[in-house]
Amino acid sequence: MKKSDKPEEIKEIILESGIKVKPVYGPEDTKDLSYDKDIGQPGEYPFTRGIHPLMYRKRPWTMRQYSGFGTAKETNERFKWLLDQGQTALNVAFDLPTQLGLDSDDPFAEEEVGRVGMAIDTLEDLEEAFADIPIDKISTSLTINPVASVMLAMYLVMAEKQGIPWDDVRGTIQNDILKEYIGRGTWIFPVGPSIRLIGDMVEFCSKNVPKFNPFSVCGYHIRESGATPVQEMAYAFEIAISYIQEVLKRGLNIDDFAGRIAFNFDIYGNLWEQVAKFRAGRRLWAKIIKERFGAKNPRSMTLRMIAGGGGGGLTIQQPENNIVRGAYYALISALSGTQTMALCSYDEAYTIPSKKAALISLRTMQILADEMGLRDTVDPLAGSYYIEWLTDEMEKKIAECMKKVEEMGGMIKAVESGYIQGEVSRQAYIQEKKIQSGETTKIGVNKYTMEEEKAEVEIHQFNPKVAEEQKRKLIEIKTQRNENEVKDALHGLKKAAQTDENVMPHILKAVKSYVTLGEITKVFKEVFGEFKEPIGL
Amino acid sequence: MGEKRIRVLIAKPGLDGHDKGAKVVVHALKEAGMEVLYTGLHKTIDEIVNTALEEDVDVIGLSIYSGVHLPLSKKLIARLKEKKLIDILVLVGGNIPQGDVKILKDYGVTEVFPVGAKLDEIIEFIKKRVGERNEKI
Repeated sequence: MKKSDKPEEIKEIILESGIKVKPVYGPEDTKDLSYDKDIGQPGEYPFTRGIHPLMYRKRPWTMRQYSGFGTAKETNERFKWLLDQGQTALNVAFDLPTQLGLDSDDPFAEEEVGRVGMAIDTLEDLEEAFADIPIDKISTSLTINPVASVMLAMYLVMAEKQGIPWDDVRGTIQNDILKEYIGRGTWIFPVGPSIRLIGDMVEFCSKNVPKFNPFSVCGYHIRESGATPVQEMAYAFEIAISYIQEVLKRGLNIDDFAGRIAFNFDIYGNLWEQVAKFRAGRRLWAKIIKERFGAKNPRSMTLRMIAGGGGGGLTIQQPENNIVRGAYYALISALSGTQTMALCSYDEAYTIPSKKAALISLRTMQILADEMGLRDTVDPLAGSYYIEWLTDEMEKKIAECMKKVEEMGGMIKAVESGYIQGEVSRQAYIQEKKIQSGETTKIGVNKYTMEEEKAEVEIHQFNPKVAEEQKRKLIEIKTQRNENEVKDALHGLKKAAQTDENVMPHILKAVKSYVTLGEITKVFKEVFGEFKEPIGL
Repeated sequence: MGEKRIRVLIAKPGLDGHDKGAKVVVHALKEAGMEVLYTGLHKTIDEIVNTALEEDVDVIGLSIYSGVHLPLSKKLIARLKEKKLIDILVLVGGNIPQGDVKILKDYGVTEVFPVGAKLDEIIEFIKKRVGERNEKI
């Protein structure tokens, strides 16, 4: 026996999620798994292999790059250009003041207007962003959280004005506040009232906008903040459970809305671990919805998701390597059976994507869909000893991690106390130390590094005139609108917020009268107060 | 000398919610024996300066990923000068384009540690510079 063949010479492999990987897997490793019970046909419970019987054979994944910057007009141009290039849906980026319910003339919004997304102050801005875009045919994803209710109302009024019935409005609003307290950080109100707003929206949509997904739970940002793949999935599920419980309190049946729950997950790191994460996630979610919440409709049990290549895996060093990473992340996403795909662009570590970078990301997904045979057959990795074993291990780990949160009294308590934030930031630190020590390899960062290469990345040029333009429009709208209508709408909204009346009809009335996002948010701040951040370290 | 622990305030000014980098630095500096305070998100420059004053810190580390590092850093330096807090080292971290590093230093920022900076470098830099400053005093 050669020295190198001795088993003790083989380097131990432990995945980020803490699972030890053997060099070889075989039938022994999967002997306890039953095809019918644990895996099942695609489109059938427990949906391990995918949520549709034919998956991409019938329809490729939706391609939806995150975009938006500057004024609504600039964003409208970028949207149309992306659609012309074959993108099949939109994902709207708002600037930070908009995401935090501040009008463009708010002193705290200074310098931030139009910077990381587009600025929206009133209905007029949103209408400009979607001018000449058929929103009954294009599904839109609105990436906004604490003031999601206002953006949803603007979107619905816009549809109404275009003559599109709410029954035909398709899309998703992110509206996942719990993950904002963990990562990403666009929160305003305390946890309780924030969850109540989500409940109001789900209730309203289930009755009035049946094809719209009223929230999308984001494991993505939790992972981007440092969580392991297991924590990403477990925390996302616990968040979704918190929202479900809020909606059930209102007398809705689980099957009235569970089929409209959407998820947003992250892809970077070990390929097999990610694929197994999604297969395990589908199986576990189906079990939770069926067994714990008693759903009868199979659609309610399906884990519907956008899964995309995350910025967390990209590097600032040798940025063009990120094009290759993006392609592998897209491959993982396709092997995982996602419904919608998005990729962070190669310049993401520097700037908001240039046209060139956004196009490369889109073409990456198109090449994968049309050239590589990834749509030929459903869940091609099924039956692999390793993948099926790992799927099972991941499911166990996710369930264990969920149990810990539940023992603490559920996600709301775990977030209010800062427990989750602490777990995630500690994990981020562990991961960063591993990269800095070289224990976790990152090409261009701690291996195959190059002497100070000059990065040739074109930086998105911020247009400082956006704020001036938005302020001018605000003055114009405020002089033109009917002030009595405005007062009336805000008064009605405040009364509803103070009681348990659903706020959605009142927000709709307000945005129709061109009440600004900031004015509505101010009412909520008066009634609800603001979140006090626990320093979770 | 050497008995007093170095006090650092890691701050998140403005609306940016990306706090992974800031928290990683907090963990690293604590492990290196420093006393570290973290402001949490959405702080104004005035709030940060007041905390720095009350807590008598040696270092302020601003973490910014949303592209507003130039105006916010400029404002911080101006406020520190107004309050005569010129001894405090100001470090800026986050998504900082190469071309902006010199501009930040011209404003009076002591050092810039963009994404990808080594934690050990940050620790060594703070120890060295605070040590040098204390010798002068």
